Amino acid sequence: MNGIEPERYELMAGPAYDFPLDRRGFFKTLGAGIVVASLMEAQESGGGRRGGQAAPKEIGAWLHIGTNGLVTAFTGKVEVGQNARTSLTQAVAEELAAPMASIEMVMGDTDRTPFDMGTFGSMTTPQMVPLLRRAAAAARRLLPEGDWAHIDFSKIDEKLAHAPTEGSFKPTAEWTVMGTSAHKVHGRDIVTGAHKYASDMKLHNMLYGRVVRPAQFNAKLVKADVSAAKAMPGVVVVQDENFLGVAAPTMHQAAAAAAAIEAEWSAPAQTSNATLFADLRKTTGVGRGGSEAGSVEKALAEADKKLDRTYTVAYIAHAPLEPRAAVASWINDKLVVWTGTQRPFGVRTELAQSFHIPEQNIRVSMPDTGSGYGGKHTGEAAVEAARLAKGAGRPVKLVWTREEEFTWAYFRPAGVIDVRSAIDKSGHITAWEFHNYYSGPSGIDTLYDVPNKKIQFHQLDGPLRSGSYRGLAGTANHFARESHMDELAALAGMEPLEFRLHNLKDARFKAVLQAAAERFGWGKTKGAFGIAGGYEKGSYVATCVEVQADAGKTPRVVRVVQAYECGAVINPDQLKNQNEGAVIMGLGGVLFEAVQFENGRVLNPHFAQYRVPRFRDVPRIELVLLDRKDLAPAGAGETPIMTLAPAVANAVHAATGERRRGMPLFGGAVG
Amino acid sequence: MGLCGYWRGCISRGMGSIVRLEVNGATHKVDAEPERLLLWVLREELDMTGTKYGCGEGQCGACTVLIDGTPARSCQTRIGAMDGKKITTIEGLAEHGHLHPLQEAFLEVDAMQCGYCTAGMIMSGVALLKKSPDPDEAEIRQYMQGNICRCGTYPRIVAAVRMAAKGKVTA
Repeated sequence: MNGIEPERYELMAGPAYDFPLDRRGFFKTLGAGIVVASLMEAQESGGGRRGGQAAPKEIGAWLHIGTNGLVTAFTGKVEVGQNARTSLTQAVAEELAAPMASIEMVMGDTDRTPFDMGTFGSMTTPQMVPLLRRAAAAARRLLPEGDWAHIDFSKIDEKLAHAPTEGSFKPTAEWTVMGTSAHKVHGRDIVTGAHKYASDMKLHNMLYGRVVRPAQFNAKLVKADVSAAKAMPGVVVVQDENFLGVAAPTMHQAAAAAAAIEAEWSAPAQTSNATLFADLRKTTGVGRGGSEAGSVEKALAEADKKLDRTYTVAYIAHAPLEPRAAVASWINDKLVVWTGTQRPFGVRTELAQSFHIPEQNIRVSMPDTGSGYGGKHTGEAAVEAARLAKGAGRPVKLVWTREEEFTWAYFRPAGVIDVRSAIDKSGHITAWEFHNYYSGPSGIDTLYDVPNKKIQFHQLDGPLRSGSYRGLAGTANHFARESHMDELAALAGMEPLEFRLHNLKDARFKAVLQAAAERFGWGKTKGAFGIAGGYEKGSYVATCVEVQADAGKTPRVVRVVQAYECGAVINPDQLKNQNEGAVIMGLGGVLFEAVQFENGRVLNPHFAQYRVPRFRDVPRIELVLLDRKDLAPAGAGETPIMTLAPAVANAVHAATGERRRGMPLFGGAVG
Repeated sequence: MGLCGYWRGCISRGMGSIVRLEVNGATHKVDAEPERLLLWVLREELDMTGTKYGCGEGQCGACTVLIDGTPARSCQTRIGAMDGKKITTIEGLAEHGHLHPLQEAFLEVDAMQCGYCTAGMIMSGVALLKKSPDPDEAEIRQYMQGNICRCGTYPRIVAAVRMAAKGKVTA
């Protein structure tokens, strides 16, 4: 599982179903009414679900309008706090001209929704919004004209139809639901505690599970004395190859039983933070992404002003507040699992492989989950709960402890980035050489005008299990590039914003830089400031940061202005919410978050040791949303996190005169 | 493995004992060992799952409940110590179907993303408003420093508490 990220994803198996339009099946499940299915175009399926092969045309979404006037829309995407449930509901409501309250989204359920690769890569908005809009627009044409409230749904004809694969959306100028700040759908269930996350589910006769873990990664179980645990009332012990766990009538008993097991493990010697960055450079392999133009070597040789710098990022943890959790139940030979995951269909494949059963015999359902940030692509808890349930002959719930989540989940990869560059006398960049080791290719290319460039991602297996993360390598690559742009500006004797605009033609990029600078009062106020900008996954972002550095104290981020442009805005307030959240989450990564490890152990697997941003870390945040109604909406869950880090590093440099080139800037020694 | 070590040796192997818990105005008799933690008893025995597990170490605030009006980490609270105490959970805030003003304020300003921290945030905020009916931003941040929102909705949570304090909720 090492080195997984969306850009590198190749799913091992296709879906078990292709969901042909089977009239009887649809109406048996959904009841009478209208069903419209939207076919996915090849480019919308994420480049093919079978490792790059062209995907067959398959259904990406469908919706049903019942004879009671209720609309149910089905998508394999999931809700992890990014408010996709709300924005997708808006999309359906817009095209149907129906009230949002009459629409229910069914999301991420392998038995009920169309196949979907997963909810990652900011793809829900660009992929799923058009599919649902097409289905809804087609369904609207099957209904009588006039106000939704006046339609007699009991008289609608039963119909089953494909939505056309081409357009016929409502023009942006006519939006009345999309483009508005609709409140979070099901918000009331959240504030009353009624919403059931996977960790809240309870089945009849259910036991609570606990896994017995080794003290080190890559350990093999040598032997275990489980007699004391087995003697406890109601306790089931499951030992299978390298898996060791218990299930008991209460969480309390499960924890006690797990603690009563004496297990011996053997593990190889493993590396630590101390040698991390040196280890990561030990590769010559070149992975996907990157680009090359002109001759960097020639340009560097001829340049009179050049720079050679190295930037690093640490491993960090997602630390979703709801840890991995699953409830598993075997009903004869069929396995049903409720779990918090960004890839319900991927988890189904994992379960099929783990238990050597066909995917048709497995259902994975995903209740709206306590966040993921790219950290819940895998099905560890689902597999473990299912194994315990199989051993116990009863349903089992497994909720990972915080320490397990910090240790046995995967991490955002660390990385080393080497940058060599040159400028001419007029302050134009003439050479740009950029090597990212291990952290990934997302956001690796530069939008600045560079005639000679060589940009490469070097892939390798790192010492810790790593995977996707919000923004993933985009943050590391922007940190290096935009820190380096400030260093080059100083070399050119130019002001940082001026230097960027001087080397930039991309109008959308310029627009966010200028919007952030204007709102911030860039160049007009006193203090220590930093700026950074960038582009990734269809949207543009620029961030201005003010830092306060008091003598003898770690500098504090006191003000952030972020400008963001992702095409037409579907929900302005939720978009602000995502931007604010990204800025605050990003503060942790740039200032203090780092996974410390040594010889196969994580040394800081608790919130008391692994610091995440809290109330008092939050600066004043102002957002400028550039609403480009002429452009299709892009996803916004990730890109807003990418430019905070370099803007902070640049502001810290302005405040202290010290250039810090490692994230976290103040996290102590890493590597 | 901190938790396991913590529990080692403190389990009673026989039958539990009857513990009386007063939760949200109702008295529950629970057949459970007195050393069991309130968080899990609420969730497992009383099916009140609004109170969340976030760390089990008193570090994140997701499990916050009120005990005699004072915020407490239910993951650190033994039920044996609850005799004669009044426990309030997120499920007990609304009265006759009317949400607490802070719950309304959370909806009004969308002070949530994934919502997993929300119950703990609201319980801490309710306790603050009882103690200090019109807290300023600095006081709110100080008081709620122990509650983590990993999605980063802190500014909205501060705004919601301010809104509830000022009685400006319109929802």
